[in-house]
Amino acid sequence: MRLTDLPLRQPAYVDLIDWTSLPASDAQRLREFGLCEGASVEALHHGGLLGRGPIACRVGRMTIAMRRAHAAAVTVRTGPETLGSELGA
Amino acid sequence: MSALPLVALVGNPNAGKSALFNALTGARQKLGNYPGVTVERKAGRLSLADGRPLELVDLPGTYSLDPASPDEQVTRDVVMGRQAGEKRPDALVIVVDAANLDNHLRFALELIALGLPTIVALNMVDLATRDGLELDAAALSRELGVPVIATVAVRKRGLDHLRTEMEGLLNGAPSPYPAPASAPRDFEATRQEARRIARAGVIRETPSRRLTAAVDRVALHPLAGLALLLALLFVMFQAVYAWSEAPIAMIEGLAEAAATLVRDALPDGILRSFLVDGVINGVGSVVVFLPQILILFFFILMLEATGYMVRAAFLMDGIMAKVGLSGRAFIPLLSSFACAIPGIMATRTISDPKDRLTTILIAPLMTCSARLPVYAVIIGAFIPARDIGFGIGLQGFVLFCLYLAGIVGAMFVALILRLTVTKGASGSFLMEMPKYQWPRPQDVLLGLWQRAVIFLKRAGTIIFTSTVILWLLLSFPRVPEGDPASQVDHSIAGRVASGLNVVLEPIGFNRDISLALIPAMAAREVAVSALATVYSIDAGDDEAALEQSLGDRLKGQWPLPTALAFLAWFIFAPQCISTIAVTRRETNGWKWPLFMVGYLFALAYVAAGLTYWTATALGLA
Repeated sequence: MRLTDLPLRQPAYVDLIDWTSLPASDAQRLREFGLCEGASVEALHHGGLLGRGPIACRVGRMTIAMRRAHAAAVTVRTGPETLGSELGA
Repeated sequence: MSALPLVALVGNPNAGKSALFNALTGARQKLGNYPGVTVERKAGRLSLADGRPLELVDLPGTYSLDPASPDEQVTRDVVMGRQAGEKRPDALVIVVDAANLDNHLRFALELIALGLPTIVALNMVDLATRDGLELDAAALSRELGVPVIATVAVRKRGLDHLRTEMEGLLNGAPSPYPAPASAPRDFEATRQEARRIARAGVIRETPSRRLTAAVDRVALHPLAGLALLLALLFVMFQAVYAWSEAPIAMIEGLAEAAATLVRDALPDGILRSFLVDGVINGVGSVVVFLPQILILFFFILMLEATGYMVRAAFLMDGIMAKVGLSGRAFIPLLSSFACAIPGIMATRTISDPKDRLTTILIAPLMTCSARLPVYAVIIGAFIPARDIGFGIGLQGFVLFCLYLAGIVGAMFVALILRLTVTKGASGSFLMEMPKYQWPRPQDVLLGLWQRAVIFLKRAGTIIFTSTVILWLLLSFPRVPEGDPASQVDHSIAGRVASGLNVVLEPIGFNRDISLALIPAMAAREVAVSALATVYSIDAGDDEAALEQSLGDRLKGQWPLPTALAFLAWFIFAPQCISTIAVTRRETNGWKWPLFMVGYLFALAYVAAGLTYWTATALGLA
């Protein structure tokens, strides 16, 4: 499932990130924010009155905001915690 | 450059770097600029335990040494010793957020790999504890190979320890820690190493108390959050009026007392006219707005320091995207309400060049504090102080509408620009949302103090000089004895203004306004001191007229449509040389500042004209 479709406040893990679909500088910034495959992620808020605004999500211990176009490049998986944290370690 | 040892504070944004800088240097700070770029250089003095001074410089926060914006570039260039006008630091203090080690240690590892003497300040450990995180600074020191010191900048905890370590570092004391194993180079390897070290430093981690999450449920809610933002902005603009009454009355009292003193002490003549009409009335009429400007800055500083500003950007991104901007532009634009210059400089955090250019071009449409004196004097004179219900004053409401008109104008202009001259792919919105925190009162006071000094310096230099020049141009040549013509009509300035008035008359401006607009090029608020000087000279020795306030005099001389047109002009008010200069610097040329001035003049003229014609047609008088 894409990060854009992840229900709010449901803990999940990053499965796959389509870095090539993002501008290089944005990809770099997202990496610096700690976004990587295996990172724990949780959608917190959807901005915008009509649901087309940015998404605020927790990645690791950090809360970051990104537009839906960027969130759509992130595939997430809900599942047992151990698998994800081992992958990310 | 000074010969003092130089220590640089460096770290991620939101690591509490500035709070640590303030705690270490107190009020002994110097604001400046790096040559060639408009990135602010913040430096301060610090005394070591042995009394030796050192210079501490606060570098712009960044996430890595791979810069995405001009200020991040300064950070990289300084730590690498490549920044013009700055020597390479003798030591680094890396500030990391204790609650976000995974991330911040990755950048710290990049910095440690540079090989400079380094200390890590494990900052905001209290907030980490609040979040259920217990850390082992000694274990982190061993893993990183540099001293790690737990600090709480806002409570001044750990500062002495930090100073002692700095002293040891500068004395070249050998490090008690083993040198770190060869630093990993590529991003992914560094990230994993940071994560491993962060794990090693955590003693205990329990599920956190989530105060920030609870507040954000309201603050980021599409409806409730937007309502909260609007309410905050509304309170801010009401407060600018309501809280400033008493201090303004005090400053006015002082100016009046000074004028009376001079009038009694000196014989009638040029010197007395210069001091009373030029200096006291001119400069005094601007200084009187210091309380309002400080109230505005107080709100902006609070919004930034508490972490709310980023939430506002998040809420606004949807709307901003519709006019082709990023929510990120909201922060420079809100700063522009204080002054367009820091606002335009703050656009450096916007990485997309076209987003950034558009934001720069519309920043002057945000009602800067220099326009406040103009609005305040006209509103005070022409808008009755009535209550329009719910405890809302009509004057505050009109002021709110003027601000709103600037915002709507800016959105409209942005939309047009993004479809024409700054056409391009839509940008992005990537931001870290820091935890909410209550700022230390001292930090807010220090910020206010720095703004007050800047404003008073402006009043003492630019405003003083332009007021004096205007007084000269208004006072000479003197009207011959017995000539019924007024001194203003006869003066050089009066004649120039009469010429200019040919262009401005159709939009309802009188000769005095034309006259005030010329020196207002130096700074917008000079329009007020200029009007004060004009009417002061015009009144001559007429005691009754001299005792009238500027507002009362305007009320007697201007029809209402003229006053409204004047307000409308100042929504767009293109005339501020400093803004033009900073735009030239930020855009590297004259093309964009000239474009900006051109479109602003056109809009100001049309808006003032429409207001005047409409008000006249409606029979307002």
